[in-house]
Amino acid sequence: MPVLEVRKMSHNFGGLRAVNGYHLEIDAGQIRGLIGPNGAGKTTIFNLISGVYAPAEGEVSLNGRKVNGLPPHRIAAMGISRTFQNLLLWRHMTVVEHVKMAHYSRIRYGLAGAFFGTRKRHREEAEIEEKALGLLEMMGIRHLAGQVVLNLPYGAQRRVEMARALATEPRVLLLDEPTAGMNPEELVRIMEIIRRAHDELGLAILLIEHRLKVVMELCERIQTLNFGEVIAEGTPEEIRNDPKVIDAYLGKESLI
Amino acid sequence: MVIFLQNLVNALQWGSFYALIALGYSMVYSILMLFNFAHGDIFMVGAYIGFGVSVGLIGLAHSGLLPMPHWLILVLTILVSMFLTSFVGMIVERVGYRPLRNAPRASAAITGLMIGIILETGNLILLGARRVSFPSLIETATYDVGGVILTNKKIMIVGVSLLLSLALHQFVRRTKWGMAMRAMAFDSVVVPLMGVPLNTMAALTFAIGSALAAAAGILFGVAYPVLDPYMGIVFGWKAFVAAILGGRGSILGATLAGFLLGFTEIFVAMVFPSTLRDLIAYSIILLILTFRPHGFFGEPYSARLRL
Repeated sequence: MPVLEVRKMSHNFGGLRAVNGYHLEIDAGQIRGLIGPNGAGKTTIFNLISGVYAPAEGEVSLNGRKVNGLPPHRIAAMGISRTFQNLLLWRHMTVVEHVKMAHYSRIRYGLAGAFFGTRKRHREEAEIEEKALGLLEMMGIRHLAGQVVLNLPYGAQRRVEMARALATEPRVLLLDEPTAGMNPEELVRIMEIIRRAHDELGLAILLIEHRLKVVMELCERIQTLNFGEVIAEGTPEEIRNDPKVIDAYLGKESLI
Repeated sequence: MVIFLQNLVNALQWGSFYALIALGYSMVYSILMLFNFAHGDIFMVGAYIGFGVSVGLIGLAHSGLLPMPHWLILVLTILVSMFLTSFVGMIVERVGYRPLRNAPRASAAITGLMIGIILETGNLILLGARRVSFPSLIETATYDVGGVILTNKKIMIVGVSLLLSLALHQFVRRTKWGMAMRAMAFDSVVVPLMGVPLNTMAALTFAIGSALAAAAGILFGVAYPVLDPYMGIVFGWKAFVAAILGGRGSILGATLAGFLLGFTEIFVAMVFPSTLRDLIAYSIILLILTFRPHGFFGEPYSARLRL
């Protein structure tokens, strides 16, 4: 059974059909690519899956359980996590606080513990601190743990966001243009990190990406979206040679 | 010099009320981007709940059922009333503000004013158009320190309000809810996606703000033992000014600004005729805001994240 299954999902903004009949199945350990021109509806699909909007039609299920219609914090707690195209970090909080915050739904201590500093709370806090530092280690930014994110270089901020997304302990990870605005050096690092997240944690990953080189290299299968609809789906090889894709997307940029 | 110090002491006490109320304004604004204009009236409700609780406890103590000293009654009154008033805050959030989460900001502001009126007139209906006097729980003891008169009440009021500000600061720094609150000051889109329930956080914020307002109400009752249903209006507006002056969501800012407001009012009254007090005091505040429009520790509006 696929970890994440999306069936006939559609959504409108006013009179605009932003997403039409979207379909997806990902198994654990797969990386899927989602490409398409600007405004094709890629980020909207992420917003619909993660619960920022409830889809007007269709069904999203995680491990066979329906999640569409649930509030976003429940969906996050069930195991869908994501990053954002334009880096939505809490700028005055430290790196390690970002990661600890994302552990929220795993923390069990109650208000009493918060006020009176019970043993349970101290133990949990220590565990979370350790987990958070472990994730930062994996991202190669452990030495920045105490820094306020505002002061970090762009590439490091991207990695903080990735660590935060992983801290919710997801089964499915939605990455929205993780390499946007990166220099070639940072690009290599982030690809390596995505691979590690995939290999070590066995996540199902859905990747929106504009750099086709990255998608072609990382993903087993790719969907191409245009005007809210999937116009082509297949292996990188098939996508590369699909005339519809070349028309909609590659034709004007011809990056390959 | 003695006069100056004496006024300083008085200003500290006066500022304590503003600081405690301002904290509630500031936290709610920081997290939900709305000003709870009923907050001053929650201060009033807190004072009245404190009145009810203390009268009940005194009755209990005097009937011999549960003998306890008066200082203990005061401590219990503060704790129990904070607890009860936090529910008033949560109800206000649930009934008044939650349905308007995505409505224009003006709707929430109008709702706040309406809730304020409901609380004031509700009190009138319940208790009638009269003032009640807050029971005197502790004897006033005065200490003369080099000509400056301190009373045990003044020390207690300033002490309790500083203690509560500090406790809130620790809560926000060190617990998961506090961390979530700080994160929500930046956005309300990403935070839920990291597993934090928005509604729980909203309710909790209102609960904490209201509990602090209740503490302020009781302390006020200890210092000025006459309560009336409209006591929250002027206090509410002034504490609102303190919250703005402190900067959005800043605990330190709201506390400092609360005290600063107390100082300004008291010292203006020391020099000028007291009828001009508010005019001059708030002109000074206006001047400060002209140069620091987002307050001492605040950030400009545009700083909030957008998806």
